[in-house]
Amino acid sequence: MAHGVETAHHAEEEYTTTGLNHRKLLMWVFLGSDCMFFGALIATYMVYRGQSLNGPYPIDIINVPVTTISTFVLLCSSFSMVQALAATNKNDQRGIKIWLLATAFLGAIFIGFQVVEFNTFKNEGLTLGANLFGASFFTLTGFHGAHVTLGIIWLLGMFVLAVKGRVGPATALDVEILGLYWHFVDIVWIVIFTLLYLIGGFDAGPAPASGG
Amino acid sequence: MATLTGVLARPSGYTGVWSWITTVDHKRIGILYGFTAFAMLLIAGVEAGVMRAQLATADSDLVSPGVFNQMFTMHATAMVFNVIMPLSASFFNLIVPLAIGARDVAFPRLNALSYWLFLFGTLLLHAGFLQNQAPDAGWFSYASLTEKPYSANAGMDFWALGLLVLGTSSVAAALNFTVTIINMRAPGMSLMRMPVFIWMTLITSILLILAFPVITVGLIELTMDRNFGTHFFMPAGGGDPLLWQHLFWVFGHPEVYILILPPMGVVSEVLPTFSRKPLFGYPFVVFSGITIGIMSWAVWSHHMFTVGLGPVANSVFTITTMLIAVPTGVKIFNWIGTMWGGAIEFKTSMLFAVGFVFLFIIGGLSGVSHAVAPADNQQQDTYYIVAHIHYVLFGGSIFGIFAGIYYWGPKFTGRLLGEGLGKLNFWLIFIGMNLTFFPMHFVGMNGMPRRVYTYPAESGFQLLNSLSSLGYIVLFIGFVVFIVNYLRSSKNGAEAGHDPWDAPGIEWSISSPPPAYNFAVIPEVLGRDHYWIVKEQAREAGQGTPPGEAHVDERTIHMPSPSYWPIVIAFGVTWIAGGLLTHYALSFAGGIIAFAGVVGWGNEPAAAESDH
Repeated sequence: MAHGVETAHHAEEEYTTTGLNHRKLLMWVFLGSDCMFFGALIATYMVYRGQSLNGPYPIDIINVPVTTISTFVLLCSSFSMVQALAATNKNDQRGIKIWLLATAFLGAIFIGFQVVEFNTFKNEGLTLGANLFGASFFTLTGFHGAHVTLGIIWLLGMFVLAVKGRVGPATALDVEILGLYWHFVDIVWIVIFTLLYLIGGFDAGPAPASGG
Repeated sequence: MATLTGVLARPSGYTGVWSWITTVDHKRIGILYGFTAFAMLLIAGVEAGVMRAQLATADSDLVSPGVFNQMFTMHATAMVFNVIMPLSASFFNLIVPLAIGARDVAFPRLNALSYWLFLFGTLLLHAGFLQNQAPDAGWFSYASLTEKPYSANAGMDFWALGLLVLGTSSVAAALNFTVTIINMRAPGMSLMRMPVFIWMTLITSILLILAFPVITVGLIELTMDRNFGTHFFMPAGGGDPLLWQHLFWVFGHPEVYILILPPMGVVSEVLPTFSRKPLFGYPFVVFSGITIGIMSWAVWSHHMFTVGLGPVANSVFTITTMLIAVPTGVKIFNWIGTMWGGAIEFKTSMLFAVGFVFLFIIGGLSGVSHAVAPADNQQQDTYYIVAHIHYVLFGGSIFGIFAGIYYWGPKFTGRLLGEGLGKLNFWLIFIGMNLTFFPMHFVGMNGMPRRVYTYPAESGFQLLNSLSSLGYIVLFIGFVVFIVNYLRSSKNGAEAGHDPWDAPGIEWSISSPPPAYNFAVIPEVLGRDHYWIVKEQAREAGQGTPPGEAHVDERTIHMPSPSYWPIVIAFGVTWIAGGLLTHYALSFAGGIIAFAGVVGWGNEPAAAESDH
């Protein structure tokens, strides 16, 4: 445990009223903002559920088993993110690099699944302009994918720093904030997967959506 | 910091144009916000003048209906997003760190980024004028008027993309001030010792953080409808125009309180100072502000009483809208209670604050009158609504902002604004404002529709409309008097000294203008009206009035260094949006510029070592 040495460094950190670091607080508040962003996109999807005038409808093309796999992969990346932070706190240099890269890699697999899924849907006739399902589905999952992609870029940036030996207990907060963002994006996906695949994935035709 | 920071040498120094472009000092950023927003106020004011000239006489054809549409759209959009919000942001920047006893905001470079995004977003929003394609669908931009078939030129794209950039700016600023207020208060300043202006800033920031993502989604969906073939708001493709209205007003109603809460905070500082009494019922003012913030999320459909949501929805939103008048009324009684029995001193700032209370009561009462759904059916889309909105946003927000300019302005210029011209300024604007907007209650109730470029002579609206247009001229002179007053006093005004009003806030304990580091020694806050307590203690000890804090050598205090990256990122982000209008290649280039900016920013320490 290299904690003893590092506490001296932490003591230099600026005084804050709550004792919580500025950047960490910033990330928490930003995630609140992002909740409203995804909330509005999800609301759009739910309002337009079952309102498409023509196909393809979700039952025609949504492939729940395949997306279950990519969901599992994304959830695993949360585990590796936790491991990356643990390794950072323990100053396990090898572990930091392995787990950061593993998290980015799992995220990339998820994005790969999404690219294939989008292409398949396009070939089967579901485009942005095809119907309301296409518009709200691609917008919501697309913006989620953009969030994951941003997270991957951030993870790779952190990995580069780790290779240079600049990630350790002194910078554990940077990894923790990255982790907050990454876990949030994962949690949003759980909501999306539940609503768009497990519940909405079997919608057929323009029947009125239950429960309004 | 090896790679990108090496390309551009770290800026340093505190003079010249470059020092303003690279500044991260909250006071300078506040001044930039203030001047930019005031310039926009003049532009949007001239747009209002075009409308009043057109409406001065019946059956006028001074401007075409198309130009009139552009005028009311850009007047309202600019007044909301480019004038009142950034003027409030200017006060946040200038006052918040000083009033909580901090040396800067939590994220100085993010603060600079907010300003540059605001400036470039404003330019993008107005760029349509250059191609005669200004937005023309109203500031609420109801679908499906805004869709490609009905709004064929690029005006609505400028509008949507400009507002997306402005929204990014607002959220970034709001995140910054939330963290600053929660985390950077001087020792001893508990939440319930914060000045009310700081409380209102915090509530406003939280509303911004939560409300802007909703309009962001609406704007993205609108942009996709217009450019990428979706049918979110197009009935032809199954879309529902009402979804736009819901998204817009779920944002739009908290936005109304984003516009009014900061001026309410200003007034809550000005009234006690010039009544020589602590604010009456401080906890009630704070908690009614919080209540307004929460309830502002439950009233949006009162903007939609006439779209046919059904009796249940209309009843619910009638009740919630009437309820939100209660905390607002609580505040008004507290302001009156503050003045009651006080040794009132009618400086110009105080006049504007009292004017705020007076006019806001009128605006609030007309507001409650259209909280009632059946009455609103009569008032919807008439000049009665125009009268209401101007009593709360002009009589409210702008008067509160003027009270703040006369109150806090001397802290930053070091010179008092002239009281003689100031009082002339107040009375001209007060009379002009009432002359312009009071008649609108009557023409509105008699059925004159808003957003229509003319009216027939036989309608009988001519006289009252001429009065409104006359009022505009009075207002115009009032603003000219303000500019003259500002220019004269900035050269020849009386020295303000550090505490011209014998005020209670911590910001008055340091020199005017404050040094770059604000406080040489971070103060230990003694109570709610800290500086009054300090001065009282000094008097009791027989020491007389304490002088302003003495300056120390700037180099002994570690301050964040200037940076190029905020303006670089803001430039790149604006081109990402602007490229969508022209060539996607430009968007791509903008993305690369922004990314390079982010990398440069990340590799640059917040404060250069040599600045120690």
